[in-house]
Amino acid sequence: MIDLRFDRVSKRYLIPHEAEDRSSPHPWMRKLRSLWRAPKEFWAVREVSFEVKRGEALGIIGHNGAGKSTILKLLASITTPSAGEITINGRAAALIEVGSGFHPELTGRENVYLNGSILGMSRSEIGRKLESIIDFAEIREFIDIPVKRYSSGMYVRLGFAIVAHLEPEILLLDEVLAVGDLGFQKKCLDRVSALRRAGRTIIFISHDLNAVEALCDRVLLMQRGEIIADGPPGEVIGQYKALATKGITSPFPGVGPVREWRDLDAPGDPVVRLRRVRVCDADGATVSAVDIRHPVGIEITYEVLEGGHVLVPNVHFFNEARLHLFVVMDLDPEWQGRPKSAGRYVSTAWIPGNFLAEGGVIVDTGIATLAPYEAHGYEKDVVTVQVFDPMRADSARGDYTGPLPGVVRPLVRWNTSVSCDGSST
Amino acid sequence: MRSDMSIVYRPRSEGSPSSRVIRPPSLSLIDLAGHLRSLTRYAGLIYTLSEHRIRVRYKQSMLGVTWAIVQPVALMAIYTMIFSFVAHVQTNGIPYPIFVFTGLVPWTFFSTALTAGASALVSHSNLITKVYFPREILPLTYVIAGLFDFLIASSLLAALMMISRVPVNANILYAVPVIVIMTMFVTATVLILSATQVRFRDVGLAMPFLLQIWMFATPIVYPMSAVTRLPRPLGWLYRMNPMVGVIESFRRTVLQGLAPDFAILGVSLAVTIVLLPVAYLYFKRVESTAADVI
Repeated sequence: MIDLRFDRVSKRYLIPHEAEDRSSPHPWMRKLRSLWRAPKEFWAVREVSFEVKRGEALGIIGHNGAGKSTILKLLASITTPSAGEITINGRAAALIEVGSGFHPELTGRENVYLNGSILGMSRSEIGRKLESIIDFAEIREFIDIPVKRYSSGMYVRLGFAIVAHLEPEILLLDEVLAVGDLGFQKKCLDRVSALRRAGRTIIFISHDLNAVEALCDRVLLMQRGEIIADGPPGEVIGQYKALATKGITSPFPGVGPVREWRDLDAPGDPVVRLRRVRVCDADGATVSAVDIRHPVGIEITYEVLEGGHVLVPNVHFFNEARLHLFVVMDLDPEWQGRPKSAGRYVSTAWIPGNFLAEGGVIVDTGIATLAPYEAHGYEKDVVTVQVFDPMRADSARGDYTGPLPGVVRPLVRWNTSVSCDGSST
Repeated sequence: MRSDMSIVYRPRSEGSPSSRVIRPPSLSLIDLAGHLRSLTRYAGLIYTLSEHRIRVRYKQSMLGVTWAIVQPVALMAIYTMIFSFVAHVQTNGIPYPIFVFTGLVPWTFFSTALTAGASALVSHSNLITKVYFPREILPLTYVIAGLFDFLIASSLLAALMMISRVPVNANILYAVPVIVIMTMFVTATVLILSATQVRFRDVGLAMPFLLQIWMFATPIVYPMSAVTRLPRPLGWLYRMNPMVGVIESFRRTVLQGLAPDFAILGVSLAVTIVLLPVAYLYFKRVESTAADVI
């Protein structure tokens, strides 16, 4: 039994020319012109065909802009295809955002009715499930106050409680599990698993590969509006990861995330020699790309050949434009001013999350004695790491998705105060 | 806290599921029946959203539901001052306040439903890009909320008529089809304007201005009998305004105890019957890509 069928479905978006039109200095002339000039085309989904069997849990993965969300919007009837045919057998419900359609002035109870009917529940169905929804959301004592007074946690819990009580035959999920704390995310996943056990068909779109692997029994990989892989989760996710590392062409050819030296060609002098430098994540795994929100470590392995020197490893950071971003030195108090005896040492410099800007970073490493200054070894272009922002709105970008300048991107604390003196209003 | 266990999903019931085929949008009269059928499945949402409109509107206001009558009453006072004491409009012996109020009650329904309904899609862009339901529900609920206000204001009109001892006869029953025609016309206009505003926000900006002109092109503050000397193309245009027949007939049946002027009401009906399906098809056409451009 086939629940969903995409038959050579394409979706074209039209982008008006107005933005780049320089033909007239008058904005209204440009506006008029944009009315009859053919807009630019963008094919978000191109000739996509696939089928989903009843009871199957299908994951769709791919980079931002690969067409995943468009597929979901087409399935949910939020938008219509430009070509092709979609067949849906059964009642489908899409969950694209928890709590969308809440009205701030209305109470929690009123919003349950409002949101429930928007999501396709009948009034009697909502009435029947109301008590259970309130219990699930754990907001019994607040259910009769306007939701504008809710904390964001209460808001999300109520939104999800309503959705958890939908009983769609086909459930469409878009990244919604990414909201809320870990406990809440687990609760969401449990609900989805329960639906799966009850034999419902699930389409799940996510960047969270672990969740996709845990939940789905089949995965589609999309790239530029086309399906490029279709198969069991482990296999397709592996392909996606390979694509992800290959897809990002390094701005520093020939430089990778690890560098090792043997014997005498290693940078250094008779006192100390570098043995290995690598880029690692918080778990210690070697990585070529790092989430902008996560810390990244530069691990330096070096061999002290002649004991009795105070040795300070240091790391220099450069961006793609070879701008020298900053230098860090090992100022660990445990080793401050303390001579190192002969042996093999591993020092790691931890760059905090939400500090580097997006893009490629290349690193020089050195080892020096600071006072009196003596450089024991210095090597240029040792390792590189790609910093990427998964656009989850909790990095220094907020929910801004456009280009953001600057050589570093710290997430800083802000304060805002407001004074309400009557004279200014 | 084992609330996780509070829901048990039933296994999916076997049987013939509702099957749907989605194709690129097309424009045909046959689709109209399909659109209407799917709309009936959303009766619950129409009810909830309309109730919600009415609730929200009066929730944080002191006067609450009385706002439905404040506007026509205030306008009645102003127009009475201008057109009765300053301009001396002849109203065939009917006291001017009640004369103008009888025009203002249906007009207020028309103008509030139009003003709020024209922005119905634009003001719900967050919903439109996240959830599917037939989008015409959004403008429709503003029409229904307007109808609710209209009923409240009508009861005040009834009270005024009783106080003024206006005689009422069976012709007042004609008011019902008149209101039906008006509601259909409001619906058609709201569908067109709200859909157009998805692409052109100018509609929302033009609304107050448009309604001002429209009001004076409708016999509200003056009787239709005063319109005698309009030059030819203007007079023709005036009669094509469906609100002329609606307002004039409403006043004739309610206040004067006469049957409607069927010639002029017929124009309203004809325009409405042609306009409504066209408006609905146009709306559905815009709806299919509304989420992409809104």
